[in-house]
Amino acid sequence: MNFLPHDVPLTWYLLLSAALFSLGIVGFLFKRNIITVFMSIELMLNAVNLSFVTFAHQWHAVKGQIFVFFVMMVAAAEAAVGLAIIIAVFRVRATLSVDRIDLMKL
Amino acid sequence: MHLILFFLFAGFCLAGAINLLLQTHPINSALSLIVVMTSLAVLYLLLGAEFLAIAQIIVYAGAIMVLFVFVVMLLNAGREERTLGSRAAGVIGLPAVVVLLALLATIILHTHNLGASSASQPITDTAELSAVLFRDLLLPFEVTSVLILIAILGAVALARLGNGERTVSK
Repeated sequence: MNFLPHDVPLTWYLLLSAALFSLGIVGFLFKRNIITVFMSIELMLNAVNLSFVTFAHQWHAVKGQIFVFFVMMVAAAEAAVGLAIIIAVFRVRATLSVDRIDLMKL
Repeated sequence: MHLILFFLFAGFCLAGAINLLLQTHPINSALSLIVVMTSLAVLYLLLGAEFLAIAQIIVYAGAIMVLFVFVVMLLNAGREERTLGSRAAGVIGLPAVVVLLALLATIILHTHNLGASSASQPITDTAELSAVLFRDLLLPFEVTSVLILIAILGAVALARLGNGERTVSK
């Protein structure tokens, strides 16, 4: 049983964070619903938060956790404004598909 | 114990994230995202961040996701149609994501000075955190409260019906 260490290496947390971040990018690129695209952005923010907490644990630094706290606050503000923009866009265009919201496309 | 909890909730995290991508209905994606965020809260607790674990559940899984679910239901968001979308996303995006993941994994695996996290290591308690937050970083904290206030005003201004704005008749 020496393949599995007794304690969890912090590398695994970072790998999980990288995997979640990549899944967020895939969702951002391939989902067609604007709300789901927005959820993928939240997923990426959460993945980065996990790395912050991991490094804060590694160096016993409280400031890393405080940074996550600030990221959470900014994410809350971002979610409120972003969803309001989605509502405003839906009111004008009557669609949630990112393919049809193409007014600024060349 | 730590190992079992890590594997269990890391599995929940990845399963939730993959399910978010596979579901076509936004409400199912939102529920998967709640699973991801709650599992991340447990992982924060394993890393000794008790305050952040609770804040994660309250702010993310509570407030933000309620907002998402509310908007999904308000706009009556249906099943998304499977379009091919932008071809550039498939041709350039997917290989770029794979390369990025490989790059990150290589960098992480070649970092040797990372220790291990064990359950016996001390938990950063809330008193310790608040001492830094409310004494050393008081100004940034107050500035974020102003930011939240502006965000609330902006959300209300954006979402309410403006003067003379045409609503699309159904």
